[in-house]
Amino acid sequence: MAHEATMSPHGHAADHGEHHHESPVVFGFWLYLMTDCILFGSIFAAFAVLRNQFAGGPSGKELFDLTNVGIETAILLFSSITYGFASLSAAAKNKTMLLVWLAVTFVLGLSFVGLEVSEFSHMIAEGNGPDRSAFLSAFFTLVGTHGLHVTCGLIWMVVLMVQVLGPQGLSQRMISKLTCLSLFWHFLDIVWICVFSFVYLAGVM
Amino acid sequence: MKKLWRLLPALPALMLSGCTVDLLQPRGPIAEMNRDVMLAEFAIMMCIVVPTCIATLYFAWKYRASNTEAEYLPTWDHSTKIEYVVWGVPTVLIVLLGAISWWSTHAFDPYRPLQTADNVKPLNVQVVALDWKWMFIYPDLGIATINQLDVPTNTPLNFQITSDTVMTSFFVPRLGSMVYAMPGQQTQLHLLASAPGDYLGEASHFSGRGFSDMNFRTLAMSSDQFNSWVEKVKGGEESLDNTTYPKYAAPQEAAPVQYFAHVQPELFDGIVAKYNNGMMVDKTTGKVMHMQSASNAAPSDTGMKE
Amino acid sequence: MLGKLSLSAIPFDVPILVGTFIGVAVIGIAVLGLVTYFGKWGYLWREWLTSVDHKKLGVMYIILAIVMLFRGFADAIMMRTQLALAYAGNPGYLPPHHYDQIFSAHGTIMIFFMAMAFMTGLMNVVVPLQIGARDVAFPFLNSLSFYMTLVSAVLINISLFIGEFAQAGWLVYPPLSEMQFSPGVGVDYYIWAVQLSGVGTLLTGVNFFTTIVKMRAPGMGWMHMPIFTWTAFCTTVLILVSFPVLTVTLGMLSLDRYLGMHFFTNDGGGNVMLYLSMIWTWGHPEVYILILPAFGVFSEVTSTFSRKPLFGYNTMVYATCSIMVLSFVVWVHHFFTMGAGANVNTFFGIMTMVIAVPTGVKIFNWLFTMYKGRVEFTAPMYWTIGFMITFSIGGMTGVMMAMPAADWILHNSLFLIAHFHNVIIGGVYFGYIAGMGFWFPKSFGFKLNEAWGKRAFWCWFIGFYLAFVPLYILGLEGMTRRMNHYDNPDWYPWLLVAEAGAIVIALGIVCQLTQLYVSIRDRNLPENLDLTGDPWNGRTLEWAVSSPPPHYNFAVIPDVHGIDSFHTEKQLGRRGYNKPLEPIHMPKNTSAGFFVGVFSFLLGFGSIWYIWWLAALGLVGIAATVILRSANRDIDYYVPVSEISHDEEAYSRRIAAAQAAE
Repeated sequence: MAHEATMSPHGHAADHGEHHHESPVVFGFWLYLMTDCILFGSIFAAFAVLRNQFAGGPSGKELFDLTNVGIETAILLFSSITYGFASLSAAAKNKTMLLVWLAVTFVLGLSFVGLEVSEFSHMIAEGNGPDRSAFLSAFFTLVGTHGLHVTCGLIWMVVLMVQVLGPQGLSQRMISKLTCLSLFWHFLDIVWICVFSFVYLAGVM
Repeated sequence: MKKLWRLLPALPALMLSGCTVDLLQPRGPIAEMNRDVMLAEFAIMMCIVVPTCIATLYFAWKYRASNTEAEYLPTWDHSTKIEYVVWGVPTVLIVLLGAISWWSTHAFDPYRPLQTADNVKPLNVQVVALDWKWMFIYPDLGIATINQLDVPTNTPLNFQITSDTVMTSFFVPRLGSMVYAMPGQQTQLHLLASAPGDYLGEASHFSGRGFSDMNFRTLAMSSDQFNSWVEKVKGGEESLDNTTYPKYAAPQEAAPVQYFAHVQPELFDGIVAKYNNGMMVDKTTGKVMHMQSASNAAPSDTGMKE
Repeated sequence: MLGKLSLSAIPFDVPILVGTFIGVAVIGIAVLGLVTYFGKWGYLWREWLTSVDHKKLGVMYIILAIVMLFRGFADAIMMRTQLALAYAGNPGYLPPHHYDQIFSAHGTIMIFFMAMAFMTGLMNVVVPLQIGARDVAFPFLNSLSFYMTLVSAVLINISLFIGEFAQAGWLVYPPLSEMQFSPGVGVDYYIWAVQLSGVGTLLTGVNFFTTIVKMRAPGMGWMHMPIFTWTAFCTTVLILVSFPVLTVTLGMLSLDRYLGMHFFTNDGGGNVMLYLSMIWTWGHPEVYILILPAFGVFSEVTSTFSRKPLFGYNTMVYATCSIMVLSFVVWVHHFFTMGAGANVNTFFGIMTMVIAVPTGVKIFNWLFTMYKGRVEFTAPMYWTIGFMITFSIGGMTGVMMAMPAADWILHNSLFLIAHFHNVIIGGVYFGYIAGMGFWFPKSFGFKLNEAWGKRAFWCWFIGFYLAFVPLYILGLEGMTRRMNHYDNPDWYPWLLVAEAGAIVIALGIVCQLTQLYVSIRDRNLPENLDLTGDPWNGRTLEWAVSSPPPHYNFAVIPDVHGIDSFHTEKQLGRRGYNKPLEPIHMPKNTSAGFFVGVFSFLLGFGSIWYIWWLAALGLVGIAATVILRSANRDIDYYVPVSEISHDEEAYSRRIAAAQAAE
């Protein structure tokens, strides 16, 4: 789902003064992220219930390649840092550097998704797809949901890069959109750390 | 016509007379407990509900706008005393009900075996919910039935319940508590029939097209009668084993009663195990055993292949 | 090209459905024809369909809810009629295939599209006005939420005429709802309708939470908020916490169905009880999502028509909040019969009973609000008093079933059905109707007809008891829910009485329609017209503006100094404001919500029928609309002072005219 929909004209209302101190857009987006947190929490809970339901199929120990996952993790963590630089550039109103850092973040995010897709297709090709066992259903759903979020984030990033170049420039509305995406991106990082620890590490241990 | 109107208030009584209110006329200790707990709760709750309803009507009437005689306090909105009462009274009631709840839930847990004063040996019955009928296997007697449950009175009944289709619930209202029947799971229920009779048994969770006819008669009888019934069943022809089971387990609406003179041992365990990748936990040792595939009715699925 | 869809999916062979289709088509064509005849398409599009005004969206939500009430009630009376006939060998007129769809649709529609839509509608109409805001925090999102709800309602109703609906109950428990047992499109209709409306509800939750936290008028502290706003706030919290769980649960079910996964299947290691646990983690808070705003309505109505402040405001707030928290720790009481351990059952049983404490406190508070008041028996007050009695009884049977030892025999019986209709009709429905009567003049500038409102109340009240007391008794007689036919002679007479009750309720609905008709016809009679904006001598800020309010709500944002601030101002003889007018910043209308709705419909319909190109088109359309919207810079404007002062002067003249008439 495209979450850019949270934009509202009241981003302007906030500038206009009245009695608000911060943009309701960022506040509303925070709220949305909290609900997303519950969404991931529910999938984690389902994974916890089904983690040993191998149905005769392979377990995590047999499937997971920690090196690959380690690289994925490093890439995503690094992309969080590069987004941080993008935010700093946006605050400094430096449009060029903002675009450069966003582009770097985008490439990193894309390679994360690429690695994940190759991991998935590899597993499916070996007959260990999500229909193999409840454990694998939960695994694919949990990791896949995160991957889908990252993909949405990438699309969003492209849209914002184009918009920064357009007439909106670095308006207040644009800044708050960039802040929302930054929250989203860091949030996905945190979720990934949970996935890494509870799914991959715990699965291999 | 006028006379008919006069009969109106008596109508509910007329309608209830001569009919069975299953839950209020129990035929076993568990059902008695269910009823007593329910009625006790009802009585306790009535102590608060009736006065509340009366007070609602009384206050509304007494302080109606046209009654200018009544006292009017247009700014009165707080009274610590009343606040104590409105929090206190429900709390006290709930503490009382909570105590009953704690006691009854533990004392009459469906998983808790029953014992009679004279230590009668319990009867084991394995219940399999099918589409849309019930199979009852008597493992110790080596017989089975479909859609009829015969039990001796005053004998603890140990039910092991599972399903070989969707989830549903096993319920004999006049004997008490129900428990879910779930594929791949094995639930337990302990009941006892204290009086002979012919009781309604039903599936009490919707399970699809033929659900409304998924009923069975529960015939409670003396031990002698029960033993002769067992002999009668054993004299029959039909036998239930891995080869014949799929035929009898096939979906069927309003299925007739059937008897099986012979049942393959561990058929029930196999039915549970087939949804657990052929695994079965031995209840006594807690060990995981590998079962023979009990039936060929296993759902077509790659995940089931070993 | 058309996936699973073919001509055989259309039920030409079911006369009831063909008849319904003709009826719907005739009404539909008549409505469209009238709009065309009067040349109102432009008006409809500009002023309503593309509106982001919370007041108009609220009205549209409530219209949707009322239409869905008809559909849901038609299902209900069909079920009752089937059971009044299908006795002792008579199969009735609804075969299981049709009957099972009807009871599944009845529950789904009544909860998601009647009650939820009504609740959201009331919140939309009232909350911004009560807190002194000019709109919600995200007006475009609000419009989007409405369209998500609307298209889901359309989707679920299309299942009547194209294909079939789910036959697995309103919560589609697996494994019955899995591909193995429900290979048709019914469950997919359910999943997509509920998922799409769930997105709308979640966005509503985000929107109203932000609105209430961020946009209250200056001076309105948390403990100064009107009680309806408090209940709406608690409801949004419940939405934010519980709806993601619903999304995940149904998402997993659809993965099972579409991709052959094994979350809830019998085989492959799936776990049915996981579904039950998750769906009720959402499902129990859901009932409080519905009832809390109704509690809010009763509080406002009781206090206004008793001419007194609400008794124990603080207590009421604490009670509402504790219900909100407790509703998350009771879900296991929906399956005490699963065979969980005694300790688990006891815990959830006692927690459930504990909810009765704050709920009881609320009833007492309304009681003491009437105490030493001047109670005016308007129609909303009738519904309120009817509620207090009915809900007390429903609460009692709820506590009875909270006891595991009693639930082991009452679970899934008609006793349960009677219980939740007792609280949903007696609590939620009575509350929403009271609220509609109470705030109707605010939305439209004239009152609803009192006499027909009271007739409707009596029909509903009596009809409810006639229809549901027999169900309590049938439950005690061991009758299970969702039966299609039976041959127990003890059950038959009670089912006849219940049928009579359903007919009386139908009369109640007829009275409500008549009430709407008569009220609109007589809207210009002086006793019906609301010139002052304050027809009930109200206490909260929504009554401080004209009826209907100007689209910007408040010419000047009011300053608030306490609870019931408008009442206080009136007592002090202060009305109006003494600040200069300034241009008001407002959002522009947009069609983006409408188009996202249309594309969501394509996505849902395409996925249900495996028409993948259509689903892809829908998905791309949604993304494109949202991206275009985010690139649009022409989204807001300023209302000039001249327009505001013009409106204000007209309003002052109306007030003066009303005072002269008195």
